[in-house]
Amino acid sequence: MEFFRIRRDIPFMRHALVFNIISLVTFLLAVVSLATRGLHFSVEFTGGTVMEVSYPQAAELDKIRGTLDRLGFPDASVQNFGTSHDVLLRLPLKEGVSTAQLSEKVMTALRGEGPEVELRRVEFVGPQVGKELATDGALALVLVIVGIMIWLSIRFEWRFAVSGIIANLHDVVIILGFFSFFQWEFSLPVLAAVLAVLGYSVNESVVVFDRIRENFRKMRKATVPQIIDNAITSTMSRTMITHGSTELMVVSMLLFGGPALHYFALALFIGILFGVYSSVLVAAPLVMWLGVSRSNLIKPEKKPDTTGGATV
Amino acid sequence: MNRYPLWKNVLIAITIVVGVIYTLPNFFGEAPAVQISPVKATLKSDAALLARVQEVLKGGGIASEGIQLDNVGVKARFKDTDVQIKAKDLLNRALNPDQTDPSYIVALNLLSNTPRWLIALRALPMYLGLDLRGGVHFLLEVDMKAAITKRLDGVATELRTQMRDRSIRHGGIAREGNAIVLRIRDPEALDKAERLLKDTQTDFDLATATDGGESKIRMTLKPEALRRTQEGAVRQNITTLHNRINELGVAEPVIQQQGAERIVVQLPGVQDTAKAKDILGRTASLEVRMVDDDADLSAALAGNVPFGTELFTERGGSPLLVKKQVVLTGDRLTDAQAGFDGQTSEPAVHLTLDGAGARIFQQVTRENVGKRMAILLIEKGKGEVVTAPVIRQEIGGGRVQISGRMTTTEANDVALLLRAGSLAAPMEIIEERTIGPSLGAENIRKGFYSTLYGFLAIAVFMCLYYSVFGVVSVVALAVNVLLLVALLSMLQATLTLPGIAAIALALGMAIDANVLINERIREEVRNGASPQAAINIGYERAFGTILDSNVTSLIAGVALLIFGSGPVRGFAVVHCLGIVTSMFSSVVVSRALVNLIYGGRKVKKLAIGDTDWHKRAGPPPPTNNPAPTAAP
Repeated sequence: MEFFRIRRDIPFMRHALVFNIISLVTFLLAVVSLATRGLHFSVEFTGGTVMEVSYPQAAELDKIRGTLDRLGFPDASVQNFGTSHDVLLRLPLKEGVSTAQLSEKVMTALRGEGPEVELRRVEFVGPQVGKELATDGALALVLVIVGIMIWLSIRFEWRFAVSGIIANLHDVVIILGFFSFFQWEFSLPVLAAVLAVLGYSVNESVVVFDRIRENFRKMRKATVPQIIDNAITSTMSRTMITHGSTELMVVSMLLFGGPALHYFALALFIGILFGVYSSVLVAAPLVMWLGVSRSNLIKPEKKPDTTGGATV
Repeated sequence: MNRYPLWKNVLIAITIVVGVIYTLPNFFGEAPAVQISPVKATLKSDAALLARVQEVLKGGGIASEGIQLDNVGVKARFKDTDVQIKAKDLLNRALNPDQTDPSYIVALNLLSNTPRWLIALRALPMYLGLDLRGGVHFLLEVDMKAAITKRLDGVATELRTQMRDRSIRHGGIAREGNAIVLRIRDPEALDKAERLLKDTQTDFDLATATDGGESKIRMTLKPEALRRTQEGAVRQNITTLHNRINELGVAEPVIQQQGAERIVVQLPGVQDTAKAKDILGRTASLEVRMVDDDADLSAALAGNVPFGTELFTERGGSPLLVKKQVVLTGDRLTDAQAGFDGQTSEPAVHLTLDGAGARIFQQVTRENVGKRMAILLIEKGKGEVVTAPVIRQEIGGGRVQISGRMTTTEANDVALLLRAGSLAAPMEIIEERTIGPSLGAENIRKGFYSTLYGFLAIAVFMCLYYSVFGVVSVVALAVNVLLLVALLSMLQATLTLPGIAAIALALGMAIDANVLINERIREEVRNGASPQAAINIGYERAFGTILDSNVTSLIAGVALLIFGSGPVRGFAVVHCLGIVTSMFSSVVVSRALVNLIYGGRKVKKLAIGDTDWHKRAGPPPPTNNPAPTAAP
């Protein structure tokens, strides 16, 4: 079985402008959404209390809202979580209220309404922790970007490093754009997913870049766009199969992983989808426009260490 | 061609066997158990305790499935949870005759059913995080400003006493922000004061400034003294928390310092957060009161306690009546250290009081020579007499020594109790996570099934698409899971739900390497390479790319490891380990399998899916064509 029976190189580079415009538009939409709607940060970043409670029968959200209102939390958010039996309560930070005792107070009140309620999970994060997590997250992102750029510069050349990182940052912004547009909850695991996607989809660019370099050596008479077209076409099968497999796993998490893994899997899903597109169809044209040429790459190139035993 | 030397095959076989051994414990499940561990430093968990537990269980007619002793304590496993709870109650009653002052923690726990020979190899199941097993997680922050203020206030009062004792006239000693400021007019007194400070207060930097007729000595804590004060505060709070959590009866509590001023407390299995918070936030205090030896003790023992006194039992000693009036409280205590009496070389506890405390103590001892004073520890409104020594002489200078009838261990214990009785500085809960046991079990189930289904989907697809090479890839992927789980079990790294997600993701990403290899081999075959050459070139060419792609993933993983905390860390650890194991399994293991199947013999055609389609019709394939045709 083989899906990609492509006999000619697909002239991707002829349409490079179209691809870049598509990216630019999605990118701008994501930025606009981020600027106007912002991200719906989870309690880990904002500070506050999240409680998950479970009822044996379908929960009456209005009643719970009323209870919280009487307790002095009119701005608490109450919503179903996964099933109609499970409810997620989000209580914002409140000046002067002893946060440590908060969850007990709420549970006592809820038990008063219906004694069969079960507390499944409490998460309280103080304001100081939230700020640190946000800074640490930003630092991690910077470290990943710098690390990848250095690696690509060593392995290839600065043009590849720049276009690889631009293409993949554009993925990050688009994932964030989705989370912003749909106001999905942006939590720590989602941040982890975003960074994992960043590392993963740079691979894609690496594979294409590898081919481009190889082609520069082999196809002496071809023009730069022809070389890139050939590189993309010949790696396309691998790209689709690999990402298809990874997406199979991610979809499995999305379907069976339950609400706790939902947004994590969703971020991965979107990230990998856009990763394929951008790292191939955005990074390659960028390399072209940055003026890559045979002389950039055909230095006396040393093949990397190919002894398989180097890793365990 | 395409054969691995014997040593390489043996190495792979050994790796897989080790992987199987260390993965095994995860399949045995857990049995309900009761864990008995001593609370007090004087009690040891030894064979005697083991024998006692056996005896108690036998006496109560409860059959245990095995009792073992380790460095934590004695663990006994039972058939089911009903027996477990019965056994816990029985052991608790038998080992702790005085329920208000337990000697042993008797806690419910779960023990792995791993056979002994595996445990002997240190093969243990993965350590599950709180989100998988249920429990409470707190992050507490120590109020460092308060700890330092407390220290400075203590020193300021101490100085006032010292200056008065040495008749050094001063115009006031006060704490101003993070410094103590002494005002002195008399140049001679200034000189004396400076010498005194240099000799006694070595932790401080001194700066003297003269303004008009008045000089100011500004004392600031040296950086290393400041650090020591902070470290001391955190350490003392951790000790206090340890003592308190012991009362909760938690099987495997985690109390750790995190960063400079934070403490992580994890209590697996604890559901009663209200009680946990109450105990963590409680303050214990020290009180010094006078013993009333004139009152009628026998009448008091009969239930008729004289007015103005309370009946207490001295630690390991006789009952005594203590006056209700408090002479001193623990606020005046700055330190307590175990040591030895200077003259008799008996074990002793040295207390250091602050200035005001020293003055009061001096006055009280002067007036009560020959009488007894009691040192009480008050917790939850309940007092305990730690010791009740006889006052031999007037004691000044704020240095008090408690000695007599103490072993070294007891002296250590008392010093610890006095130090640890209260918190060095207030703490605040800045993060809390509670996960119910049902949610934990559900998280495990969901994480496991999503990984399983994802794996199956990939396996089916790979087998169909790459036929024999697909099967090889799937086997390599299975080896990858095996090694990853074995590695996690070996390292006893904490597995969390994001960790399980990382296992799933590692599998989804690891297949990339095999896809790369298989595609390369197909391509070589299409370009006319012989089957053996195609395998060889395919693996070799693909390796560079695989390395590159794994390095970028690893960069992301390491960044998460450095900056991630809590759930993200669990993800990062597994992510990084997964990348490492996948390199091995998808390159080395799959190559070994391919070599076993095809190596060293004549092969006409590789079973890697249809590679002949381009021969059947149409123009030659475009791949690696030196002159690509123009697009249609």
